Amino acid sequence: MTVADELAIASWGLTKRFGRQVAVDGIDLAVPRGQVYGFLGPNGSGKTTTIRVLLGLIRPTAGGHELLGEPIPAGAARVLPRVGSLVEGPAFHPYLSGGDNLARLDAADRTAEPATAKRRISTALERVGLLAAAGKRYRAYSLGMRQRLALAATLLSTRDLLILDEPTNGLDPQGTREVRSLITALAADGTTVMLSTHLLSEVEQICGHVGVMHLGRLVAQAPLRELRAAAIPRARVETDRPDDAARVMRELGLTDIEVRDEAATGLLGPVPAEKVVAALVHGGVGVRGFAVVAPDLEDLFVSLTGEGFDVSG
Amino acid sequence: MSAVDSPPAVASRPVRRLSTRFLRSELWMIFGRRRNWAGLAVLAAVPILMAIAVKVSGNGSGSEGGSGPDFFASITDNGLFVALAALTVELGLFLPIAVAAISADAISGEANLGTLRYLLAVPVQRTRMLAVKYTAVVIFAVSATLVVAVTGILIGLALFGGGPVTLLSGAQVSFGEGLLRLLGICAYLSAGLAALGAIGLFVSTLTEQPIGATIAIVMLTVASFILDSIPQIEWLHPYLLTHWWMSFGDLLRDPIGFDAIRSGLFTAGAYAVIFLTAAWARFSGRDVTS
Repeated sequence: MTVADELAIASWGLTKRFGRQVAVDGIDLAVPRGQVYGFLGPNGSGKTTTIRVLLGLIRPTAGGHELLGEPIPAGAARVLPRVGSLVEGPAFHPYLSGGDNLARLDAADRTAEPATAKRRISTALERVGLLAAAGKRYRAYSLGMRQRLALAATLLSTRDLLILDEPTNGLDPQGTREVRSLITALAADGTTVMLSTHLLSEVEQICGHVGVMHLGRLVAQAPLRELRAAAIPRARVETDRPDDAARVMRELGLTDIEVRDEAATGLLGPVPAEKVVAALVHGGVGVRGFAVVAPDLEDLFVSLTGEGFDVSG
Repeated sequence: MSAVDSPPAVASRPVRRLSTRFLRSELWMIFGRRRNWAGLAVLAAVPILMAIAVKVSGNGSGSEGGSGPDFFASITDNGLFVALAALTVELGLFLPIAVAAISADAISGEANLGTLRYLLAVPVQRTRMLAVKYTAVVIFAVSATLVVAVTGILIGLALFGGGPVTLLSGAQVSFGEGLLRLLGICAYLSAGLAALGAIGLFVSTLTEQPIGATIAIVMLTVASFILDSIPQIEWLHPYLLTHWWMSFGDLLRDPIGFDAIRSGLFTAGAYAVIFLTAAWARFSGRDVTS
């Protein structure tokens, strides 16, 4: 058994160039089966292009990939019926109702059973809370309803893999919660989910694995737990003499020391936190408060991508 | 890792080889759309207007220029000629516009809405997509022609009655044979329009703007008519798709003149093959970024 068999998505050196611009630059994706994989990155970092390549909509310039162990594009006809996808927002025929739009997608699927189409469509609409609006024309749908319809389309038949590009875009907080619990429930049934997002809270709540894109490259890929463990915590000292505190911390070997108002902070590195307090007291620096702060996800990603999260790469 | 631990092989769902579901969905998209109903209504309005105009004026002395046979004069003799006159008039612009609009929408319309990416991800393989789209275009071309013909027959019979049909060569045939010959004419014209639809499908794969594609196809048709009317480039005329369209009158002679009809069908077939191949070459490898 090869490693690839345990992966729902595997790519090697996947590259896409548009003219001179490199949109996706030699990425090696490894999305384990049964996991919720957070695909993170600033806008313009190549997430959507990667997803289009994964689904066979765009041909890679170099490299290759497999979905559920089937090579794309050779095995696309076999594997894609088991893959539900939401790519770059919802897109439907505006003059058809939500239900009719789903019926059209189902009619296009040669593996779908026509006898059960009605029931499957209702079930999918119900799961996303859209059954009441099934007969309404798509053009009358709000952005949130459109997003829900696109999610319903991914649930038309049994899927082993879902590739979801910003699924909570345009949803209100209640809708966002519903979609997150839907994804969690699907994952609990064994469906692998690749969730492309720029919302860090989404990743923290539901993803076990993450991959981080930056300027077309996959700059990090690991279980979220490991990624966090590798991050260096920061010590924060509240004191009336922050400059002296900073000097003591520097002598101890802390790095990246910052002094702000009545506090000094520094990266702990290998230095135990207890030693910092002892050294400060020993040095006669009055300590009002002391904390060891694990970096939040946002700091983590800024350190990986070198920029704020919503900035185009 | 031992074989026991390997995840169960998930079976792919079986693919049904022959299913008309997607084609039926496509036809329903075309014939269920209000815009297209309006278009077909315009096509049907022409024979009605013509018949009423001839009835009211009391004579059918037509001043129909161009290369087509003049059926106006015969309308008062036999209602069947309303259908023939309407087909002649609409072949110049309305029928090509209708086919252009539907075929131009085929791929570019889906790309414009973004539904193309979701259809391809279903998955609909690209060759199958083109095959289904083109079949629907051909069915529309036949339907549009029949809408004009049937409306023409009905209004013609209502206002002028039926009876034996006097052919262009002067011989008379029964009304039944006249109908049969009209059916043959519809088939011949549908073939020409279907070839135009193949050009439309190709143009449709080039753009994400269905309106632009429609205009391009209509312009090509009009340009073809214009080139066909310039005698100095007569050598070019047999290669023009529209050159043969007006030859449908040969089916109303006794004996039927098959030479031009055969050339017309051959030209239509050649255009269809060339442009369907071009559409396939263009679409099968294209990056879908819409």
